Amino acid sequence: MTAFVRDQWYVAAYSREVGRELLGRTILGEPIVFYRTGDGEAVGLADRCVHRRFPLSESRLDGDTIVCGYHGFTYDSGGSCVFVPGQQRIPRTARVAAYPVVEQDSFVWVWIGDRAKADPALIPRAPWLADPNYTTVSGMEPLNARYMLLVDNLMDLSHETYLHGGYIGTPEVAETPIQTEVDEDSGIVYVSRHMDDAACPPFYAKSTGIEGRITRWQDIEYHPPCLYLLHSRIAPQGVYPPAEGPDDQAFHVEVVYAITPSTENTTYDFWAVARDFALDDEEVSRFLHSNNHTVVMQDVTALNLLEQVLVKEADGYQELSINIDTGGLAARRILKRMAERSRPEGAVTS
Amino acid sequence: MLTGPRVYRVDWVLGTDRLRGFCFCGTSYDAEDPIELWAWLLAHPDSHGGTGPTEPEPADPPSGTVRDRQPVPA
Repeated sequence: MTAFVRDQWYVAAYSREVGRELLGRTILGEPIVFYRTGDGEAVGLADRCVHRRFPLSESRLDGDTIVCGYHGFTYDSGGSCVFVPGQQRIPRTARVAAYPVVEQDSFVWVWIGDRAKADPALIPRAPWLADPNYTTVSGMEPLNARYMLLVDNLMDLSHETYLHGGYIGTPEVAETPIQTEVDEDSGIVYVSRHMDDAACPPFYAKSTGIEGRITRWQDIEYHPPCLYLLHSRIAPQGVYPPAEGPDDQAFHVEVVYAITPSTENTTYDFWAVARDFALDDEEVSRFLHSNNHTVVMQDVTALNLLEQVLVKEADGYQELSINIDTGGLAARRILKRMAERSRPEGAVTS
Repeated sequence: MLTGPRVYRVDWVLGTDRLRGFCFCGTSYDAEDPIELWAWLLAHPDSHGGTGPTEPEPADPPSGTVRDRQPVPA
């Protein structure tokens, strides 16, 4: 099983999920409670009262402080304890960890690892999600599977033909050769599948209004460990970007996934679909949300099943990789390398 | 398309089951097994190359890409 990659930013929630209600999430095995202060600042604190480990996410907010629901230990937004019951002296160790939190591109990102290395400039971008020139539908599904299974799934889209037939899959996806690139320095993996003449799956036929066959490009850009971008270009067959000027004869969909490990065998599957057409068409938004949710749930069902199988397998189980796995293999290698580099000194791995 | 100085590229050779890997040092290798191909690429400079990055050759676009595009009728 691939170890967690620490010293990284992870998507913990959508900004819309973090408000004046306490939100508990477990990221890389670390329970964290999120809320928003009266001034609008998103806060992430360790989700265990220092006293008897009661979950602060099951407690209550009082102004910008959290009052533990068990004995009343009270913490400010920096994690310092400002009140303990029945006595004046607050023990020096009475504090919970405060996590670095950044809101960007509609996500709440949290840093897991050495706080001194938490540079917001390292957060990869998904600008379409907060761009008024795009309309976005999005959601999050908890996955009862290790995060690597979702990485494998997303890096090889040939599965669309079989798992998502009738939604986003057509025969050409599995039949079209891919080109894979890896930037060894940045760790980015790029997988391109350009279908010159393909059937238009219902997902795009109904949302774009295109009738007939299409030229369909899928360009994956994976920023390990958390952010996955799929640049999807759909146009009537034979219509290519002009040499100059905007590519305005095509429809563009930016599919964004944030792959956030929760525990060794569970993952948060954040998904978003941003489009540059039919911006104000509520019916298209409803259709794309419903359809993409169905597709995500097809993946969730398959990966949950796969996790149940793998967890019973002995270590070193046999796999077979073929051409379609070229990008997934590259992603696995980079994640393994990142995990090794981020392991705390002296840590023992199994 | 990635443009950094150390980019590995693997093309699925059109009409075949072969993969062709290009190292950033300019050498290439064909294989029918992606694991074998990655092993060769990542063994730079032991299995090939030996010098630092060179100017990468222009990449062929993914299949389905048309380079000489005709104007698109509105």
